[in-house]
Amino acid sequence: MAKLESKIPPGPLADKWRRHKAEIKLVNPANKRKYEVIVVGAGLAGASAAATLAELGYRVKSFVFHDSPRRAHSIAAQGGINAAKNYQNDGDSVHRLFYDTIKGGDYRSREANVHRLAEVSVNIIDQCVAQGVPFAREYGGLLANRSFGGAQVSRTFYARGQTGQQLLLGAYSALSRMVGAGGVELHPNSEMLDLVIVDGQAKGVIVRDLITGELHCHAADAVILATGGYGNVFNLSTYARGSNATAIWRAYKRGACFANPCYTQIHPTCIPVSGEYQSKLTLMSESLRNDGRIWVPKNAADRRKPPAEIPEADRDYYLERLYPSFGNLCPRDVASRAAKRVCDEGRGVGETGLGVYLDFAEAIKRLGESAVRERYGNLFDIYHEITAESAYQVPMRIFPAVHYTMGGLWVDYNLMSNIPGLFVLGEANFSDHGANRLGASALMQGLADGYFVIPYTIGDYLAGQKPGSRPSADAPEFLAAAENIRGLTNRLLATNGREPVSHFHKRLGKILWEHCGMARTRAGLEEALKLIPALREEFWASVKVPGSADTLNQSLEQAGRVADFLELGELLCLDALTREESCGGHFREEHQYPDGECQRNDEQFGHVAAWEFQGAGQAPRRNVEPLNYEFTKMSVRNYK
Amino acid sequence: MVAATPSTISVTLRVWRQAGPDQPGRFVDYAAKDLSPNMSFLEMLDVVNDELTLKGEEPIAFAHDCREGICGTCSCMINGKPHGPGHGIATCQTYVRSFADGDTIVVEPFRARAFPLVKDLVIDRSAFDRIIQAGGFISVRTGAAPDANSIPVPKADADLAMDAAACIGCGACVAACKNASAMLFVAAKVSQLGLLPQGQPERDQRVLAMVGTMDALGFGNCTNQYECSAACPKSISHDFIARMNRDYLKASVRTALKPASAGGGGAG
Repeated sequence: MAKLESKIPPGPLADKWRRHKAEIKLVNPANKRKYEVIVVGAGLAGASAAATLAELGYRVKSFVFHDSPRRAHSIAAQGGINAAKNYQNDGDSVHRLFYDTIKGGDYRSREANVHRLAEVSVNIIDQCVAQGVPFAREYGGLLANRSFGGAQVSRTFYARGQTGQQLLLGAYSALSRMVGAGGVELHPNSEMLDLVIVDGQAKGVIVRDLITGELHCHAADAVILATGGYGNVFNLSTYARGSNATAIWRAYKRGACFANPCYTQIHPTCIPVSGEYQSKLTLMSESLRNDGRIWVPKNAADRRKPPAEIPEADRDYYLERLYPSFGNLCPRDVASRAAKRVCDEGRGVGETGLGVYLDFAEAIKRLGESAVRERYGNLFDIYHEITAESAYQVPMRIFPAVHYTMGGLWVDYNLMSNIPGLFVLGEANFSDHGANRLGASALMQGLADGYFVIPYTIGDYLAGQKPGSRPSADAPEFLAAAENIRGLTNRLLATNGREPVSHFHKRLGKILWEHCGMARTRAGLEEALKLIPALREEFWASVKVPGSADTLNQSLEQAGRVADFLELGELLCLDALTREESCGGHFREEHQYPDGECQRNDEQFGHVAAWEFQGAGQAPRRNVEPLNYEFTKMSVRNYK
Repeated sequence: MVAATPSTISVTLRVWRQAGPDQPGRFVDYAAKDLSPNMSFLEMLDVVNDELTLKGEEPIAFAHDCREGICGTCSCMINGKPHGPGHGIATCQTYVRSFADGDTIVVEPFRARAFPLVKDLVIDRSAFDRIIQAGGFISVRTGAAPDANSIPVPKADADLAMDAAACIGCGACVAACKNASAMLFVAAKVSQLGLLPQGQPERDQRVLAMVGTMDALGFGNCTNQYECSAACPKSISHDFIARMNRDYLKASVRTALKPASAGGGGAG
């Protein structure tokens, strides 16, 4: 049974990280170059970690499945990054950012991790500005801020609607600098297909060169996974098409615990689905909720009327009505469920009835069209490209979509999984967002982990590894893992059935969206737990993967990823079924207050559920890490 | 009588197929029928690929990822234009409604000597990464940065830097240029960092190193046709090329005049 020691340092909350940094072991500068570290993924977390570790003197190998590290999906984050700078003098502080994040996560994250995140948030902004990230500025030349959901202060830094792009390009530039300097060996077009464990410790990976199809073994002293979230298990999401869970799922099958898979975030402001062929959903940044007002008609009969013909008195600005103090800026899970409820009542708008209005008419009247264009112009452009409608003239139509996964591989305070030597950063881990992530906190966490946490904590592990003791990449463990992957690939190619991979992905996505989406029930989850294994069986019997293994073969790549999703989807539902409470992004209809809000059960579920693989066909073991709240009180979230 | 907009569109795709860099390539026609006008161009390729798979043929390899115009992965030449007929958008932001029922659409990879073909519509753009590695950064170690508000940046400079920084590294500028020049790509990064106070210490060496690497990798020079800006999915202005040329000239002169001892380390 896995040992889950959170390794949270003792002492007062605000001193934990400072003391921990002072007490953990160091690797001396001359020895750092004797250690090799593998970093898989080069989004915000992976690129910042690889660059920083190389700056410290470690030899780093960076693997990305993209053709360039600059393409990781962090690039698509629009709205901003939080930091407790209090540049606005509006009462912000590290403690307030900590508290908002803990509360926003519905009291299901670790206090110590979240406090550390809030502490280092201020360093992130300094670092990014020094790298040349062109954040928005005031006329006096100082940095501008805006507000985001779940907070009553303006602490979000942004670069137009392309904050993720600019932060990622900053991290990419730091990584590129170290590639140029020889500190990082870059492996683009390389997909990690297995984790290699030697004597109980993570010591390497098996990667497939996506261009030649060759499998390569790479050994190292430690392995870092920064491979992002698993939201594409739903097929339709705001993730990039290539985003996948293969790296973390294969690590899970090698023994790493998977924590809280049912904590998935459904973002309230996405462009609604238009047809069966749809491959992806596009987010409209939450920052739009600063100035846009969300409404549906009061009467279901009006839902097909042009919005301009619905008088003010017949509109229901339901977020403002239900949550007067946070209004349109209530947290994502709350806003998404409210949208679902009004659509379930038959008041949804647009062709499918699955949409609500996000209206800028008042903002344009108040600020003028040019000010609105300055703030949100690129988002309005995106909306126009996709829908052929101008949001300057008619309200946007939006609907919730899968956007982020709070669950992920279990890690301790040092970001190390239960497998020694395996570290997990960014969205791929579970640690900081509890059951719901606040807007502009993903970028903060990715960069915190990569720039400011792992560079310290990895030293504590490596100091205990003798320099030069890493295994050779032709050790039997590597050869066996590669052979296993070869077998899997051959099986996918040999099935030669009747259905393309995409059909299975779509079917899986529909099962999950229906039964494990915004609202979940026991009966629905039990149904999903029957449907998914059946679908998986069908996949292995009748999938058709054309082409061969020794060339660029996108169907084969997709098949491997969907095969993993077909397993992960089942764990997601199992976790959702077992967690008999509602919290944040996990909403069980059986557990709600009369007003439809989440009803937690702290006594029985005030813990992390960390699932442990027990072998194919065996039920996974559910390990538990209790969440000890020492400094804040677990209370009912209230945004009213 | 005005003809109603058809509820679906059918087109013929004339697609470049090439199994590998050393294999011969050719155009192959595929029928794409009864498409929703709201379908994206890449979703149309998905549909065609699923049909090819079912017929036992190899699907068309094409590069894509975010499908929202920001990752810069997609790179199709559509009817002779990088990223297709729209202005200021990437291939993934092109929708079937941009075409007429019955159209034949020619789909090719971006072509340039510095972007060797991998397969079908997929090309190798690692040359862009090598240009950035040569100097497209500000050398700042993690943890060494001063407070973010300690250096004010005039809003106009920050905004202009952001205009340049919007580059998604897709390579459309190179594909559009008759000389396969990467000047717009390089100028965007040089300008972004050169406009900010943080970028000043390395300004000269940055522009010299990046331009030198660009030349060495086989990109052509700029002859002021501005096809790059016209094709750029982020509409990055060719003015940045002029800015880079100015920087390059100044840096060349300054470097040539610099005494040999300058920049050396102090006595230890």
